[in-house]
This record gives sequence, C-alpha cells and structure tokens, in this order.
Amino acid sequence: MSLEQFKNRNVGIHTYKTLDVGTPPNTGMEKFTQVVTRAVKGELFVGLWVVMREMINTLVKGDVHTVKYPFEKMPISPRYRAIHDMLRLLESGNYRCIGCGLCEKICISNCISMDTRYDEEQRKEVSEYTINFGRCIFCGYCAEVCPELAIVHGPRYENASEQRAGYSLFEDMLTPIDKLNLQQEYDGFGAVSPNADENITQTPLAY
Amino acid sequence: METTLAQHIVTDLPQVTALGIIIKAIIILAVISAIAGFGTYIERKVLAFMQRRLGPMHVGPFGLLQIAADGIKLFTKEDIIPQNANKFIFMIAPIITAATAFIALSSVPVFPDFTIPEFIPLLGGVFVPSIASDLNIGILFVLGMMAAGLYGPLLAGMSQANKWGIIGAARTAVQFLSYEVVTGLSILAPIMLVGSLSFVDFNNYQQEGVLSWMIWQQPVAFVLFLIAGFAETNRTPFDLLEHEAEVVSGYATEYSGMRWGMFFIGEYANMITISIIASIVFLGGYDSASMFGWLTIMLKIAFFFFLMLWVRAAWPHVRPDQLMWLCWKVLMPLALVNILITAIVMMV
Ligand code: SF4
Ligand code: SF4
Repeated sequence: MSLEQFKNRNVGIHTYKTLDVGTPPNTGMEKFTQVVTRAVKGELFVGLWVVMREMINTLVKGDVHTVKYPFEKMPISPRYRAIHDMLRLLESGNYRCIGCGLCEKICISNCISMDTRYDEEQRKEVSEYTINFGRCIFCGYCAEVCPELAIVHGPRYENASEQRAGYSLFEDMLTPIDKLNLQQEYDGFGAVSPNADENITQTPLAY
Repeated sequence: METTLAQHIVTDLPQVTALGIIIKAIIILAVISAIAGFGTYIERKVLAFMQRRLGPMHVGPFGLLQIAADGIKLFTKEDIIPQNANKFIFMIAPIITAATAFIALSSVPVFPDFTIPEFIPLLGGVFVPSIASDLNIGILFVLGMMAAGLYGPLLAGMSQANKWGIIGAARTAVQFLSYEVVTGLSILAPIMLVGSLSFVDFNNYQQEGVLSWMIWQQPVAFVLFLIAGFAETNRTPFDLLEHEAEVVSGYATEYSGMRWGMFFIGEYANMITISIIASIVFLGGYDSASMFGWLTIMLKIAFFFFLMLWVRAAWPHVRPDQLMWLCWKVLMPLALVNILITAIVMMV
C-alpha cells in the first residue's frame, strides 16, 4: 500500500463510480431527436406502470409501509441504546450495582452522579444515583464499563419532556421487584460474549 | 343540424325556464364543490397507495371525514392580508379563479336533465336542463373562461408583495402563453370534423358505438389536448405555478383560509371541466338514448380525473422554459400538421 492512499483527503471521491449517461444534446436537432425518442420509447408509461403496480400491491396484497406510530411500533434492535435500566440479581433480587463508581467516572458528558455508603454489613451500596438525561448522549460507555452488568440500556426510546434537564433516579431505572422474572439481559455494550464460559481460566495460585 | 336540434328541443323537451336554470346553477355549485372536496380526499388516497402509504386514516372511517375537518379548518382560519399587498386585488383574485371555473361549468353538460316531481311545493314541475346554458359556441366559451381563470393566479401573485408570488405570477404568464395555443389548435381539428362548437353536436356525432369516437379519428389531437389540459389545470407535470420545492407556494404563498381554499376549489373544478370536455369531445360523451348513458360519461370523467392523479404520482415536472419549448416547438407544429391533414382528408 503506497502512501498515496493515506494522503488523499478526498475520501468521498475515489470510491465514486461514474455512470454512463451519454452526452447532453447540443444542437436543436439533437434535442429534438432526444425528445422524440423519449416520447416514442414509452419510458413515461413505464413510470405510470410502476406506480400502478404499487397501488395494486397496496390494495390487493396489503403491502403498505405505513407504521401507525403511536399505535404500533417497529421492533428495535436488542442492542439499541435508549434510557438506562438498572438490573437486579435474578436469584436474590438484590441490585447488581456495587457502587464502584466506574460509570460515573467514565461518563463523557458527566451526567451520572452518585453517592455511596456502607450498609450494616459493612458492604458498599449506592445511596444516591442520578442520571441527567438532558446531558446523556447515549454513548453506552457506562454500560460497557460496568463490571456487574448492572447499568444497561433499555428499550424506552420515547423520552420527550417539557424541559431540557430530565433526571432519572436509581429507583426509576431499577427493575421492579415483582417484575424480576421479566428482566431481560442486554445484548449490547458491555454484555457478556456468547462464548464467555470458554474464555474463563483458573487463576493460578502463584505467579 | 340546426333545425333538427331545434325541433328536438321543441317536440321532446319541456320548456327551459329561468327557475330551472337557477336550480341547475345551484346544483352545479353545490355538487361540484362537494366533488372538489371529495377529490382532495381521493387524490391523497390514490397518491398514498401509489407510494405504499395509507393516506388519511384517523378522522372517520378510512379518513373519510378528513374532508369535513379540512373544510372546518379552511373556514375558520384567519384571513391574513399582507401589509404591503394591493388589498383589493389580493382579495378579489381567488374569487376570479373560483368564479371562472364555475362559469365554465355552466355551459358543459353536467348530470342528466330531469323534471322536479309535482308533489314538491313551489318547485314542482320545473324542468332542470342538463346544461345550464346550451350555448352554440360551448367549447369556445368554456376554453375562454378557463383561460380567463388564469387572471386569478396572475393578479394574486403580483398583488401580494412577495417574491415567491411574483415568480408564481411570472410562471403563470409563461404557462398561459405556452399551452393556450395548443389547446385551441388541438381542438380545432375535431371542431372541423363535427362542424359545430356545441357540446351536444359533438355528443351526437359519436353515437354509433365505440368505433365512432373521436379519439380514433383524431388520436394526435386527443394527446395534444390532454397535454394542454394538464397545463391548463396546472397539474403535474406542468404544476409550475405553485411547486412547493421551487417557489414555496408560488402565487398562493400569502393566502390563507378560505381565500386559499377558493384557489383550490377552482383548480379542482377546472380538473372536472377538462375531464368533461375530453370525455365529450374525444370519448363519445354520454349516450342520450340509453339509461346508462350518464353512467358511462361519469366513468369517463372519473378515468380522466384518476389519470391526473396517476400522472402526478408517476412523473416529475418540467421547467418553465421546457414547457414553453415543448408547447411552441413540438406541440404547436404537431397540431398544425394535424389540422392540415384533417383538412386535406375532409376535402378529398
Ligand atoms: S450513555 Fe454515555 S453519556 Fe449517557 S450516562 Fe452512560 S456514559 Fe454517560
Ligand atoms: S459501574 Fe456498574 S456497579 Fe459500578 S457504580 Fe456504575 S452501575 Fe454500579
């Protein structure tokens, strides 16, 4: 690979393919011939047929592409990055977040703020946890960095609100305890790879 | 022809009274306005289906009440008159469009003639003719009226102190200068064959079945008339006057509420008029002898109306200079050659 390709800043152009569109007519006679050939060739009727075919398909086969949005919704990708969810442990129902603070640290728009304390068993737990969705850019770093798969992106994408700043508290994002059996694992950023089990090796006792 | 027609009227038909004509005029106004409203619904639906969409769906069953919603919106919207506009002309321009469109309809046959049954008080026994005024120069009058209708966009565009409006008005002039010659010349050949300007004579000329339709004798004139008709009603591919992508809304940029609605009704009435003329002059018109004669002409009119929507969905539109080029350098010579050949064939 030569250096030339790296120096070419016109990234858009060198992949262009030029179509053969012929030369535009210059003289009056050429223009006239073009009009006549186009008129006689029936290209216009091809256009008419195409839209008629679509109309027949729409009416007969019900081949409609309209989604009546508030009433019906398109399925979204499981990796879609929308409003965050806080997951719970499936067995005990405790929340997964261990208050490590990595998400707060990595968040590039600085919109997570949290506070932690020791509970009665001297374990760390989150006491305050807020995400300002007015600032969040849904980059997914927090979900990727979380060691416990606690903070993930959920499927809630309708987040219009009356004001720019919109805060979600820990409890808002946490899976309700009675819906624990409906909790979905997240496939996107930070998720465990499908062959995670094979990749695990025993920690040696001594180096 | 003249005497037979006169006898026909004297012997067969009841007397046409002024009351009958007034009733007819009211019927035309009411029904054509309603059809124009319904036409917007049909247009949206057809365009939607052709683009794999659903069109209006939420107001009423299948969105049918959308027309009512639009009507209420148009009637109740504020009527804004721009500060620097020439107020009188600005206010009167939409009326020109709507009025001329309906005046043109007064001399084309719309709906069969009938007599109001005797049991209705006051109006019982009044004969309502199919044509509000059966002029013997019907075609000339209709085309002239529709041409005069273009004063609406022209004055509207120039009076509203808006640059898009000025461009729209300029384009109106371009369009008017282009198609008018083609309309006249293309319909001249059929007129020569029939030897009359009355729609009734045209209709009677083509009564011997499908093969006697004018379209088989004058296919070129038919195509030319259709093209000119599209330009006359400023439908795609000649919708230069108010093409949103280019001139915002052209001559109608500053209009709102019912004044804009009048432009709209005028345009749809013109579409219906052109459909009626094309059906009568080229496609055999109505069969006055049979019961279903009026049904057949309704179907023909509906076909032309659908064709306008169909073309709108399929074809891009042309530039003003292309329209002028097309009309003066291609269509007008074709029309002249057509007239020449028709004349030679008629003489031989
Ligand atoms: S998605 Fe990105 S911006 Fe939003 S909270 Fe997580 S790290 Fe911060
Ligand atoms: S990274 Fe995960 S575990 Fe750590 S504080 Fe954030 S949510 Fe809790």
